[in-house]
Amino acid sequence: METPLNIIVCIKRTPDTETRIRIAEGDAEIDPAGVKFIVSPYDEFAVENALRAKEAAGEGTVRVLTLGDASSKETLRAALAMGADAGTLLEGRVSQDGLATAKALAAEVEGDDAELVLLGVKAADDDQQQVGPMLATLLGRPCVTAVSSFTVENGVAVCQREVEGGTEVVEVPLPAVLTITKGPFDPRYASLKGIMAAKKKPIEEKPAVDLEHRLEVVRLSPPPERPEGRIVGEGADAAPELARLLREEARVL
Amino acid sequence: MSNVLVVTEGRDGTLRGVTNELLTAARGVASELGGEVDALTIGGAMPEGADGLGGWGAARVRVLADEAFAAYSGERWAAAVAEVVREGGYAVVLFGATSEGRDLAPRVAALLDVPLAGDVTGITVEEGTPLFTRPVYSGKAIATVRPTASPALATLRPNAFQASESEAAGTVETLSVTPSDAPTATLREFKAAAGDLDVAEASIVVSGGRGMKDPEAWSVLESLRDAIGSDLAALGASRAVVDAGWRPHGEQVGQTGKTVAPRLYFAIGISGAVQHLAGMRSAGTIVAINKDPDAPIFQVADYGIVGDLFEVVPRLTEEIRALRADS
Ligand SMILES: Cc1cc2nc3c(=O)[nH]c(=O)nc-3n(C[C@H](O)[C@H](O)[C@H](O)COP(=O)(O)OP(=O)(O)OC[C@H]3O[C@@H](n4cnc5c(N)ncnc54)[C@H](O)[C@@H]3O)c2cc1C
Ligand SMILES: Nc1ncnc2c1ncn2[C@@H]1O[C@H](COP(=O)(O)O)[C@@H](O)[C@H]1O
Repeated sequence: METPLNIIVCIKRTPDTETRIRIAEGDAEIDPAGVKFIVSPYDEFAVENALRAKEAAGEGTVRVLTLGDASSKETLRAALAMGADAGTLLEGRVSQDGLATAKALAAEVEGDDAELVLLGVKAADDDQQQVGPMLATLLGRPCVTAVSSFTVENGVAVCQREVEGGTEVVEVPLPAVLTITKGPFDPRYASLKGIMAAKKKPIEEKPAVDLEHRLEVVRLSPPPERPEGRIVGEGADAAPELARLLREEARVL
Repeated sequence: MSNVLVVTEGRDGTLRGVTNELLTAARGVASELGGEVDALTIGGAMPEGADGLGGWGAARVRVLADEAFAAYSGERWAAAVAEVVREGGYAVVLFGATSEGRDLAPRVAALLDVPLAGDVTGITVEEGTPLFTRPVYSGKAIATVRPTASPALATLRPNAFQASESEAAGTVETLSVTPSDAPTATLREFKAAAGDLDVAEASIVVSGGRGMKDPEAWSVLESLRDAIGSDLAALGASRAVVDAGWRPHGEQVGQTGKTVAPRLYFAIGISGAVQHLAGMRSAGTIVAINKDPDAPIFQVADYGIVGDLFEVVPRLTEEIRALRADS
């Protein structure tokens, strides 16, 4: 209750999951025209968990950190409106090479005395599921992935983890890195007051360290078309035919 | 060197099915590169069945068995795997995109200072380097990526590669690596979920959504799962019913749940929102049962029945039970 808790949350600007994706000419990128961008959904869960941990500690700061271009300031503002205290934009290129991202974030986190660094378990765009444990490894800090909720007690984070076959409770000594997945707490909505307050909160901008990108996108293509499906029939009477098709045509039963 | 290392996955002393898929994929890559496949097991002891991995194409089964590795520790295991990779001079290292593999592989990549392709669903080899295909933007596009550093690391999505048997010498050798003493997390408690099979590992998934109306109604889906066989099939759920507290988080399929690629997926009383599709659109065959003929799920389904699930599913369960009794 007495010791302040300082937390850094790494957040990424990604297209809204509802958005239609069009591949831009050159087949290497998406066409950003008309795409609505949001805070990557798991990163919102991470911000929510950070705010709750700070509230539980009674004292501390939540700083949001992003690697991106100037448009990512909007992403930082959205997290500030939720209640984060300060934001940092590392200006640099983002690619599918999560290690390049992790190195840029590590250079910034290294000198900070935050007890916890939170990330999303995966980003909604490139879905690499890797930046968190990479960042932890670069920093030499322990890491727990896929945490659905946690509490902090006496220099230890007690984490609930969802894994195949069940849930785990693991303890990790601080400072530590956690990747957050969906859990019992939905991200709070920014209140009007929060949005107004966010405008006055500090956002620091600086260039990211030099990054080498070593995972080249050779091409981006639309997903393979699924063969045209068919309605087997209506109501229970269609069930025998469906069972037959699954066995004889699709050969999956 | 042009050898491929597969980091096997075990649980409770036995190997998981994804291991055979990894070995099958590795064989394809190794034959293109002109190398061989090694399988690495880590744990307190050699997992059951590891000496049979030659039957899936492992030329060598390398066993790291030490009390220090009995419990999973990302930090400790990664340091050990990185050392094995460095010393073995592998060209490609493959992990399962499971909870464990997704935890382990990025750390190994960071220790080796090489990039990692995550949640890969296809591999080809061009000019001696592997190209990985991976769904991005929740499956709305497929990226083909090429690592420009060696070794090439990837995690492979369970069920995306069909396992097939093969013969290799499969010699078994034991390794020893000094465990790192880096700070690490400690497991305090494990609560097993009901059912042995996780939705992300099952080859058939029976998922229910808000159309189920009531958590009690899941007995209808349990009967269907049992008729198929609970060794093959697992239950899944939409977010709507997880949020309602009807089903556990571990069953949620979709953008903020698990990504699954079973050979057969039943979407029952699920409308087919984009965030749900994100988790299951790479399933082999999709079946939708929904009373609304305009539900978007029918656009991705291979087979659909329009109707009341409380009438359709019990009938389908009977039919499947009869089919299986015949064979
Ligand atoms: C950021 C974000 C992330 C999300 N992540 C996920 C995710 O990971 N997974 C996920 O599933 N959703 C996710 N969602 C939610 C998603 O948008 C949908 O709200 C959700 O998938 C709807 O669940 P449902 O299909 O069960 O319910 P509904 O959309 O309410 O559909 C119920 C369906 O049941 C049918 N039905 C009703 N009664 C019967 C009957 N008697 N017989 C047959 N059919 C019947 C109806 O026709 C309807 O189609 C996410 C949303 C957001 C914004
Ligand atoms: N450009 C970025 N800036 C800040 N954080 C990022 C960035 N990219 C990824 N992350 C963090 O890493 C998590 C996992 O991303 P990924 O490994 O790309 O799936 C995300 O949920 C974010 O928390």
